[in-house]
Amino acid sequence: MNIHERSWPTEGLTRIPYWIYSDRELYAEEQERIFRGDTWTFLCLEAELPRPNTFRTASLGDMPVVVTRDRDGAIHAFENRCAHRGSLLCLKERGEAREIVCVYHNWTYDLEGKLTGVAFRRGIGGKGGMPADARPDQHGPRRLRVEIFAGLVFGTMSERLAPVEQYLGPEVAPKVRRVMKAPAKLLGGYSQMLPGNWKLYMENVKDSYHASLLHMFFTTFRLNRLSQKGGLVISEGGDNHISYSMTADVAGKEYEQAGLRSAQAGYSLEAPELLKSIDEFGDGIGLQILSVFPGFVLQQIRNCLAVRRVVPHGLDRTELVWTCFGFVDDDAEMTELRMRQSNLIGPSGLISMEDGAATGFVQRGIRAAGDKESFVEMGGSGIASEESRVSEAAVRGFWKTYRRHMGM
Amino acid sequence: MDIERRLAVLDLNARYAEAIDDGRLEEWPDFFTEDGRYRITTAENVEQGLPLSMVYATSRAMLRDRVKALREANIYEAQRYRHMLGPARIEFGADGTLHARTSFMVARIMHTGETALFATGSYRDRIAQDGEAARFAERTVILDSRQIDTLLAIPL
Repeated sequence: MNIHERSWPTEGLTRIPYWIYSDRELYAEEQERIFRGDTWTFLCLEAELPRPNTFRTASLGDMPVVVTRDRDGAIHAFENRCAHRGSLLCLKERGEAREIVCVYHNWTYDLEGKLTGVAFRRGIGGKGGMPADARPDQHGPRRLRVEIFAGLVFGTMSERLAPVEQYLGPEVAPKVRRVMKAPAKLLGGYSQMLPGNWKLYMENVKDSYHASLLHMFFTTFRLNRLSQKGGLVISEGGDNHISYSMTADVAGKEYEQAGLRSAQAGYSLEAPELLKSIDEFGDGIGLQILSVFPGFVLQQIRNCLAVRRVVPHGLDRTELVWTCFGFVDDDAEMTELRMRQSNLIGPSGLISMEDGAATGFVQRGIRAAGDKESFVEMGGSGIASEESRVSEAAVRGFWKTYRRHMGM
Repeated sequence: MDIERRLAVLDLNARYAEAIDDGRLEEWPDFFTEDGRYRITTAENVEQGLPLSMVYATSRAMLRDRVKALREANIYEAQRYRHMLGPARIEFGADGTLHARTSFMVARIMHTGETALFATGSYRDRIAQDGEAARFAERTVILDSRQIDTLLAIPL
């Protein structure tokens, strides 16, 4: 069905129509209007391009992208597509290169993505080759506008879009800086293929209401305190958000106490060192989940830090690319602490494994419900920041932003 | 003597895979020594010299905690694994430990009937004689792919 024939439910942001997750035309339009439109997409950590003449592949929605650091240290990004026949230019995830060479016909590019050479352009022995007035450089890969903010590399196709800091907003930008407090050190990564539409995952991230209900690890082991303070911060317009909670007792006594209580209930961690953490940010915030429209998540779960890229692979498949990091001045003990806590995240994460499956449960559940809608009234109908995390305000914020980009 | 110790490794591998495939997860920690290490990582991380794991345990107690979480806390659809193991390549260490490398393929069978090749990779093991039994002092699961479909709940 044509999206222009569809209309948003009259109730507004408290209703999400299910056709939004299953319309093929809409998917293509999202690529154009959102991912290649006026949005910043997180491409990689600056630390993933450690030296001059290195590259890393990424994506802008469906569009394959190469991110490079040139010999002078400047970072560039361009479409991973040869000017000639459209072949991928970089076949590897990462590597070192002084120039980019297309394997198909050996056309070459500099690290800014400019075409620098066409093999046998003048032919061989005066025969063959291209006409003298041919302009192959006019067909080159599209170059992205790139900005680095707090060690994070963002890219956009938009010329008119505000700088990243402004795009993040005055509420969210300082919270990005808070986590990216020092030069990052890569600890590794993996990816998770989710059986659902990309928007279902972004809603999941922004849905602070589900956290203690779907993810039972903390509650089962009595590691949550009802008194834990926190809140939900939503940037103006709804684009970006932070959900955070304080660690009740950063000295670690909460676990011993929790252990006592849970011992009575029969559940406690035999090896509580799993959760041993330190207040490295000095503000008592034990958890901060931050999202940036359309598909970026910055995560601090105690000392477990990660960036997540949400990459759509068609209507009902979404790749979640996780990259974990620490800081260059971490000692071995700190790295060990982060590694132990990494048990909490990723596809095997004791508190995150359910998220991937949850998007699939919705995608399967709504298969015959294109004309129905979800009901999103926790915390009312607004998108304002609030203290309670029993709220779907950030989810509504996502849809407000989505509708603005999609003109619906 | 060597033959017996080699057979003990093959037996350990077989019993380990069978316990997981039969869903007897409570037995899984007992395949490790008390301070046994278990981790799941990817070939990509190993090649880059990066330490990140998907699962990282440094004691049998941590493994028991994970089993308890899988049984009582985590939510995932009913599923089973079927391990197919390659022959173990075994080397004898000077200190009496054995080192083994074993390739595996694991199919995941969902309650819906959907069966798919879920994971391939290699076990890198350090095996110690622990009383009567051979146990893993260290088992590192190196996945060939960096990508996991949906979730990895049951251990590999």
